[in-house]
Amino acid sequence: MAKSSLDKKFDQIRKREEEKTFSTKKRSRIVNKFLNNRLAVLGLIIFTIIILASIFAPLLSPYDPMRVDLRSMRQPPSFDHWFGTDSTGRDVFTRVLFGGRVSIFIGLGSAILSAVVGIAVGCYAGYKGGWIDVIALRISEIFMSFPQIILVLLLVSITGQSLFNLMAIFILTGWGGMYRLARARMLSLREEEYVQALRSFGLSTFTICYKHMLPNALSPIMVNITLSTAMFILTEAGLSFLGLGVPLNIPTWGNILNVAQDILILQNYWWMWGPVGIVISVFVLCVNFIGDGLRDSTDPSQQG
Amino acid sequence: MKKEILKLRGVKVHFPVQAGVFNRIVGHVLAVDGVDLDIFRGEVLGLAGESGCGKTTLGKAILRLVEPTDGEVKYISQDDDETELTSLEKKDMDPFRKKLQIVFQDPHSSLNPSFTIFGSLQDPLKKFGIKSKEERRKIIGDLLEAVNMRREYMDRYPHEFSGGQRQRIGIVRALCLEPELIVCDEAVSALDVSIQAQVLKLLMQLKKEKNLTYLFITHDLSVTEYLCDRIAVMYLGRIVELCDSEDLYNNTLHPYSEALISAIPVADLDKQTKRIVLEGDVPSPVNPPKGCPFHPRCPKATDICKTEVPTLKKYSTNGNEHYASCHLIDLPEIS
Ligand SMILES: Nc1ncnc2c1ncn2[C@@H]1O[C@H](COP(=O)(O)OP(=O)(O)O)[C@@H](O)[C@H]1O
Ligand code: SF4
Ligand SMILES: [Mg+2]
Repeated sequence: MAKSSLDKKFDQIRKREEEKTFSTKKRSRIVNKFLNNRLAVLGLIIFTIIILASIFAPLLSPYDPMRVDLRSMRQPPSFDHWFGTDSTGRDVFTRVLFGGRVSIFIGLGSAILSAVVGIAVGCYAGYKGGWIDVIALRISEIFMSFPQIILVLLLVSITGQSLFNLMAIFILTGWGGMYRLARARMLSLREEEYVQALRSFGLSTFTICYKHMLPNALSPIMVNITLSTAMFILTEAGLSFLGLGVPLNIPTWGNILNVAQDILILQNYWWMWGPVGIVISVFVLCVNFIGDGLRDSTDPSQQG
Repeated sequence: MKKEILKLRGVKVHFPVQAGVFNRIVGHVLAVDGVDLDIFRGEVLGLAGESGCGKTTLGKAILRLVEPTDGEVKYISQDDDETELTSLEKKDMDPFRKKLQIVFQDPHSSLNPSFTIFGSLQDPLKKFGIKSKEERRKIIGDLLEAVNMRREYMDRYPHEFSGGQRQRIGIVRALCLEPELIVCDEAVSALDVSIQAQVLKLLMQLKKEKNLTYLFITHDLSVTEYLCDRIAVMYLGRIVELCDSEDLYNNTLHPYSEALISAIPVADLDKQTKRIVLEGDVPSPVNPPKGCPFHPRCPKATDICKTEVPTLKKYSTNGNEHYASCHLIDLPEIS
């Protein structure tokens, strides 16, 4: 039997559809856009170098970051000690590498954990709405309006200084921003028709909001994670410089910088604080470049 | 004999309007305001009306995508078992979610951009007991072929498809659990005219093959004439006229339907009628006009229209039931 006219017309449409070569996958389009952003690529390269150098610190440096060597105190940079030595003869370059481990761990760790908390609460509350959303919103406002420095002082005076206390404070004050971002995305996504379609099948709230909607809310959150990482690293440096951050016996970038409180060191021994200051700035700058690159490449309004 | 699949009785959907710092409720959008409607098995029932008159909301209320504020939605199974849907617990809805499905208007937001077609469609199948992946792939593949697409497309992402293709994928999604009734919410309005015709024909073909019932929502009466068995015309959340689709065009009773029909472009010059231009926009459903909600725009309005609300009454045209709500109809009412 001859094909119906409907079938014939569909065959024509099908042919036309297949002639058009399908565009490459969406993921690679985002990667391409990111790679076209020179600053972001540069940032990514330096970021990777600093992280790798910190991770493989024992391979790159023969010194122990904690070992006191009174015979080589306050030596200026040399071939043996690239960044010189500090007042107790410890190699500053080694300390910067090992300090990077802790500082980056604090920055990235706090950013990721606050994102996890913020997303977990924000996705559910934003999708569900109602009283859950109102309560979550108020709680986040309380945490966000509480000055970080006072929380730090409070906790330090109650439980003493520790790395995990610091991270806990960063997460407590940081999850609110992530929560709001996730919530705002969910509020706009929940009106999308594919979400309505999932609801029309009666799928569970968890499946709908964490499995199907969350992937579409991730890109602004990724950008925010990078920017928060930079901010937390700076805050750690600032607090440790003041002696309120990580206990001084653990090398972090902030603790290395701490010696610059001494006016004598500030004036006469620039290598004890200069290089670490530059490393902090360069690292933070790189993270920000990466964040901007991510934002531009994932922004749907800029997709060609 | 005609058998109902759905009976709506006094369905209302009122959305609260919030304002001020404390989100006080200052009023209600009367999106759907008391709809009585029977949908028969195997028919195509058109639901027409200007944009904003509550068609989508009514469609969603049937599926409980929005909770009706008031009224009943009764589902009647093939064995004549009646179930009231709006009072069911969420989990007790599941067997009926299989039977009632929806195809959406906007091909751009109707598919999840982060998942392949198979990825988005497999969870509903899993939920309704199709445990093996091969079986799920087979069901989706077969349906893709039924809408004239290739099986392999199930592993592609939505952005790789054109609007018409996406809409066909939306139809696949609605069909995947073998529903009995599909709400087509402006299913073709966003497409090019030539593609519109193809998708409409496809819908009609599928209806025949799978014994479906359609609630066909549209703001464009020119589409409905050839498709629908009956048409309901909606204005400001209420049904103002309901009859066989031929009677709507040839024996129009309500002035609003008359205006909508006169707005359809006609190719045949002899049939050209004078176009009735409706003045002004649809009034706000927050404060609908008193009396007949249509009176501020009605070319035939008289004094009684401003004070008394007309009710939907039953008449007969061409020997068929014909419902309309207007004070100025001089046909004998049937009880
Ligand atoms: N979730 C909602 N909250 C508040 N108002 C709504 C909501 N959904 C729809 N409305 C309002 O209800 C009315 C009917 O909308 P809708 O059903 O989408 O009309 P249609 O589909 O006929 O164009 C409109 O005035 C719209 O603004
Ligand atoms: S009742 Fe009056 S205002 Fe309403 S449609 Fe009829 S004539 Fe027009
Ligand atoms: Mg609509």
